[in-house]
Amino acid sequence: MSWLLRRLFGRLPIGWLQLTHNRTRFAAALAGVAFANVLVFVQLGIMNSMAAATLRPYEFFQADLMISAEDANAFNEGGNVARQWLLQAMADPDVADGMGLFLGNVPWDRATKDITFTTFGVDPAQAAFLSPEIAGDAALLQVQDAALLDRLARGLSRDEAAAIRPQSPLAFETQGRTLTAFATFAGGGGFGGDGYMLVSDQTFLALFPARSSNAPDHILLTLRPGANPTQVIARLKTLISDPSLRIRSYADAAQEDLRYQQTRRPTGVIFGFGVLIGVLVGLVIVYQVLSTDVADHLREYATFKAMGYGPRFFLGIVLEEALVLGIMGFVPGLIVGTAILTLMAAITTLPLTMTPFMAISVFLGTILFSALSGTIATRRLAAADPADLF
Amino acid sequence: MSDAPIIATAGLNHWFGSGDARKQALFDINLTLQRGSFTVLMGPSGSGKTTVLTLVGCLRAVQDGSALLLGQELNGASEAMLIALRRKLGFIFQAHNLHESLTAAQNVIMGLQVHPGVPEAVAEQAAVHALGLVGLADRTGYLPANLSGGQKQRVAVARALVGNPALVLADEPTAALDKDSAADVVDLLKRMGRARGTTTLLVTHDPRILDRADRILTLEDGRIVKVEERG
Ligand SMILES: Nc1ncnc2c1ncn2[C@@H]1O[C@H](COP(=O)(O)OP(=O)(O)O)[C@@H](O)[C@H]1O
Ligand SMILES: [Mg+2]
Repeated sequence: MSWLLRRLFGRLPIGWLQLTHNRTRFAAALAGVAFANVLVFVQLGIMNSMAAATLRPYEFFQADLMISAEDANAFNEGGNVARQWLLQAMADPDVADGMGLFLGNVPWDRATKDITFTTFGVDPAQAAFLSPEIAGDAALLQVQDAALLDRLARGLSRDEAAAIRPQSPLAFETQGRTLTAFATFAGGGGFGGDGYMLVSDQTFLALFPARSSNAPDHILLTLRPGANPTQVIARLKTLISDPSLRIRSYADAAQEDLRYQQTRRPTGVIFGFGVLIGVLVGLVIVYQVLSTDVADHLREYATFKAMGYGPRFFLGIVLEEALVLGIMGFVPGLIVGTAILTLMAAITTLPLTMTPFMAISVFLGTILFSALSGTIATRRLAAADPADLF
Repeated sequence: MSDAPIIATAGLNHWFGSGDARKQALFDINLTLQRGSFTVLMGPSGSGKTTVLTLVGCLRAVQDGSALLLGQELNGASEAMLIALRRKLGFIFQAHNLHESLTAAQNVIMGLQVHPGVPEAVAEQAAVHALGLVGLADRTGYLPANLSGGQKQRVAVARALVGNPALVLADEPTAALDKDSAADVVDLLKRMGRARGTTTLLVTHDPRILDRADRILTLEDGRIVKVEERG
């Protein structure tokens, strides 16, 4: 470190020598920076996992357009859409196919833990609307009361899930019926439910007698090759005489859902603030350490001023210190942050991971904000007046 | 040009404070220091000795009158000019003012590194050599906390002299030292000044130092009241 700084600044690494002179204070300062890093990492990890969990169910399906109710801000929110619009949409020459998608929460009271499956009702005959992993097992859903279960669901042991095969299905009671799971797929618990389940639309309607086959939650559409989605959407908006419906590309629907979760839902906002607070804590800690350090060395700085050192030299020392704190505080912050995220992922089954992007952006942010704190801290340098030395 | 004075002040006045509290500290100071001279400034406490030193040392802005340092007018000089001039001076303070986080050698290197472009190895060699001259060859790697008061002040002398300054300004450099160390430090200043042709302006009350001066100026209430030539 000392060698690196010597090369970088082309002089004695005074900032480094100054910081490391008082070991206890240096360790405390590094712990502070590391703490701020951990705070940011954990909040970012949760935000990222929230994004991943929000987008996950969209990956179960394949579609070009999606028609949803006006208040369907998220996949599992809002009213339903009349099936007649599906038939209307099919009238457009560029619309290839369409499917109604049903969505509801199915509880499963287990001995160990009561869990809830976010359950999709699909038409097993229209496997093209399902992701390749799921499409292969779609035929199994033709059987009444058959289900595909999320093998990553919370409350379902990995061994239990692995044992589910067409030859050795798992039967369980819910909503007064007996469902039989013949196969599994990789879903993953989100912030809403404990996992996902796929059933046929017929089975879905049997589970939810109050729901009507004429009113699915969303309508998925595929387009003919070469069709321009924007133009099709524009045409559908005139073709479908209910102006309150949201007609969007499937990808836009997923992104709008994500933005909604991050900016409108309390959880998203809270974790966003968490990141901000982490950054502020780091900023304050580095500022505090550096400005105390400047204040403690006013006499030395005044001496250096008397010797003919200029303002850039002093800014250099403080920036050197900011760099040292940023780099050396980041390393333990990264290690502890990764450990905490791994531990939290194991407990919650949320996709909490330390991504290289997160690590790099937090590192750059740490250096940037440390340098910013340092620059603010140099304002105290004005108090070092060499005329007071004699 | 070589016999031009190092310092030449004419009609130098200085005030502290403002408004009703404004008080004149220096009156019509005319002071000329020739190259290589060893001048002692004495006078009672509060007579303005330190103020003279800070003015000619570019640590305070000249308010009134003229002060030429190395041929450069200080009255109205820019901050950048003052900083550049300070690099040609060596300061020795009453307190040693060493940096506690730097070793003796590193403190001395700081006196050299202020000149851009001095290679690291050269600076290090020069620092060790300067510490040898002040009798601290075996203490180069010590932190100030592990040096005695006299040793610290000798490091400060080495730091002030390592860059071969044209002018050394010292304000009661021996006040904090015992008799023997005080004599050591002054002899050192005098010896090194003579060897390098350095001009020295030193403030002191110490009678033993007076014997070593070429010239003694006495200040009273902000005025030079006596000039005594010696040797
Ligand atoms: N920073 C200052 N602010 C106000 N008055 C000062 C300041 N420095 C010195 N003085 C006043 O100027 C006069 C000369 O001070 P100084 O040069 O320090 O004297 P000496 O060094 O001879 O003891 C004194 O009356 C002192 O009170
Ligand atoms: Mg004084």
